[in-house]
Amino acid sequence: MTAPRLAGVPILRLGDVLVTGLLNELDDGAAVAFTEELTERISGSSARGVLIDISRLEIIDSFVARTLMELTTVARLLGARVIVAGMRPPVAITLVELGIELVGVETALNAEQGLAALGWRQAPDPVEGSRRGAGR
Amino acid sequence: MRVTTSEAAVRERLTRALRERDAEIADRWVELQLEQALLGTDISEAELREEADALIDALVSGLESGVPVDRVVTSHTGLHEAVVRLSMRRARGGATPTVTSLAVLALKEALLKAVQRETRDAEELFASAVFINRLMDAAGALSFETYVEGREDIIRRQSQQLMELSTPVVRLWRQVLAVPLIGTLDTARTQVVMENLLQAIQDHEALVAIVDITGVPTVDTAVAQHLMQTVNAVRLMGADCVISGVRPSIAQTIAQLGIDLSAILTRATLADALAAAIKLIDGPGPDGDDGESR
Amino acid sequence: MAPAGESALASWVTTVPTSAEERASAPAAHVVRTEEDLLTVRHAVRAATVEVGFGLVDQTRVVTAASELARNAYVHGGGGTVTIEYPRRPGGRGLRLVVKDDGPGIADLDAALTDGFTTGSGLGHGLGGARRLMDEFTVQTTPGGGTVVTVTRWTAR
Repeated sequence: MTAPRLAGVPILRLGDVLVTGLLNELDDGAAVAFTEELTERISGSSARGVLIDISRLEIIDSFVARTLMELTTVARLLGARVIVAGMRPPVAITLVELGIELVGVETALNAEQGLAALGWRQAPDPVEGSRRGAGR
Repeated sequence: MRVTTSEAAVRERLTRALRERDAEIADRWVELQLEQALLGTDISEAELREEADALIDALVSGLESGVPVDRVVTSHTGLHEAVVRLSMRRARGGATPTVTSLAVLALKEALLKAVQRETRDAEELFASAVFINRLMDAAGALSFETYVEGREDIIRRQSQQLMELSTPVVRLWRQVLAVPLIGTLDTARTQVVMENLLQAIQDHEALVAIVDITGVPTVDTAVAQHLMQTVNAVRLMGADCVISGVRPSIAQTIAQLGIDLSAILTRATLADALAAAIKLIDGPGPDGDDGESR
Repeated sequence: MAPAGESALASWVTTVPTSAEERASAPAAHVVRTEEDLLTVRHAVRAATVEVGFGLVDQTRVVTAASELARNAYVHGGGGTVTIEYPRRPGGRGLRLVVKDDGPGIADLDAALTDGFTTGSGLGHGLGGARRLMDEFTVQTTPGGGTVVTVTRWTAR
C-alpha cells in the first residue's frame, strides 16, 4: 500500500472542530487512509477538536479499535481533542466482552452531544431538552 | 424391491379408509382421548375435533405421497407439521409428555377399527395392524420429541422473561436512568442488564446510569468484574455510570479481596447516587474537562 | 420422493426429524486472500446469523469474532478459508465458524490466547477475544502445519 489512497469519508470543518464519521464498509486500507487524511487535516487546520461519528459502524473489531485509539493519541499530540460519538449498544457490549476498553478515547452519546462537549453549541432553543446543548 | 404387494395393498386400504371414514375415525379418536383422560389440559372437544381432522388429512396426503411408512411422518412436510403442531399445543397446555404421545398412539385403535369395517380377513388385518403400528409409532416418537423441545423452549423463554423482568431500567431524572439489581450478577444476567441498560441510554439520551446493588447479596471477584464490564459499556456509549447501594459489609469484602473499583464512581445509597448524577449532568461548567466523558 | 423399497426397511421407526432449513444449509467456504475478502466474510457471517435467528447483540458478537479470526488467518496464516456451519442441538440452533489457514502455526498457544499478545496488527485480542464472544472454542495448530480455529455460538444456552 504505497499509493496514496483516499478514505472516501468527508471531513467537514465547523469552526475549530473537524467533523467526520466512519462507514461500516471500512476495510483496513481505508482505515489507514482515513487516519492519514485526518491527521493531515488536524495539523493543517490547527483544529482544537475532532468529532468522529461512529453510529454507522455495525461492528468494531480490534483493528478498528486500535485505529481509533491511535487517532486519539496522534490528535492529542497535535493539540486536538477527539470525541467518538454514537456507538451502538451491541457494539459497546461486544467491545467490552472482547476486552477492549478504548483506553483514552472520549465518547459521547451522539454527534450533537459530542459537539457540545467540544464547545461547539447550537443556537439557544426554548424547547425543553435543549438545556443540555445550550448549557454545557 | 422388498415391498410386497400386500404392503402396497395395506397402504391403499388404509388410505381409502382414512378418506372415506374420516369423520368416523376422528370421532372415535376424540372419544378415546376423552375416555382415557389423555388430555390433562383444557382443550375443548371442538379443538380436539379440529386437530383430528387436520391430522387425518395430513395422514392421507402423507400416505399418498409414496414415502416409505417408516419415514413418512418425519419427511412428509404436511404430516410432520400436523404432528408437531398438535404436540406443541399439548406442551403449551401443560399436558405431560407421556399423555401427549399416548394421545397420538390412541389414533392406532381408531384406525384399526376403521380397517376392520373394510375387511374381516385375519391375515389382512394383521398386516394392517403392523402397518398402522409402524406409522403411528413414528408419530408417537416425533410427538414426544417435539413435546420435550417445546417445553424446553417455554422454560427458556420464561427464564429469559423473568430475567428481563428482574432487571427493570427506570428513569429517575431527566437523562438519569437507574437499574436496581436483585440477586447474583452472573454472566447471563450481566448480558441482559447491559443490553437493557444500553438500549435505554440510547432511547432516552441518558447521560448517567445508576446501577444499584443494594439487592446483590455478595460481591466477589466475578461480580466485580461483571460490574466493571457494565460500567465500561456505559462509558463506551458516552454516558457515565454510578454504582450505588454499596453496603458497609460489601465495601469491606471488596477491600479484603483487593478488587480495584477506584475507576468507578460509587455511592452508599441511591439518593446519594442521584445527587451525584445530577451534579454530573449540570457539570462543572461549559469549559470543564470533567464533563460527561473521561 | 424416494421409491418405497429398501430404504423403508433400512431406516427404522426412530428417524431423527430433519427440518427443511437444516437440509438446505450446506456448509459454505469463503476464501480469505485479500483485505476485501475480510469484508465479504463479514457479510456472509452476518447473513448467516440472521438466518439462524440471533438477536442483534449476538449477531454483533459472532460477526466480530469472525472478523478477528479471519484477520488472524489473513495476517498470520497468509490467507485461509472460513467455513460457516449450522449445527443443531435439542432446543437450539447454532452457528459454527471453521477458520483454517496454512500458515506457520502458533508456537505458543497459551501466549496467543493471552490478551495483549500480538505478532501483527491489532490489539492481540484476536484469539482470546473470539473465545470470549463465542460459546465454544477449539484450536488445532501444529508448528509449520497451519491452524484451524473452530468457534460456535448457540441461540439458547
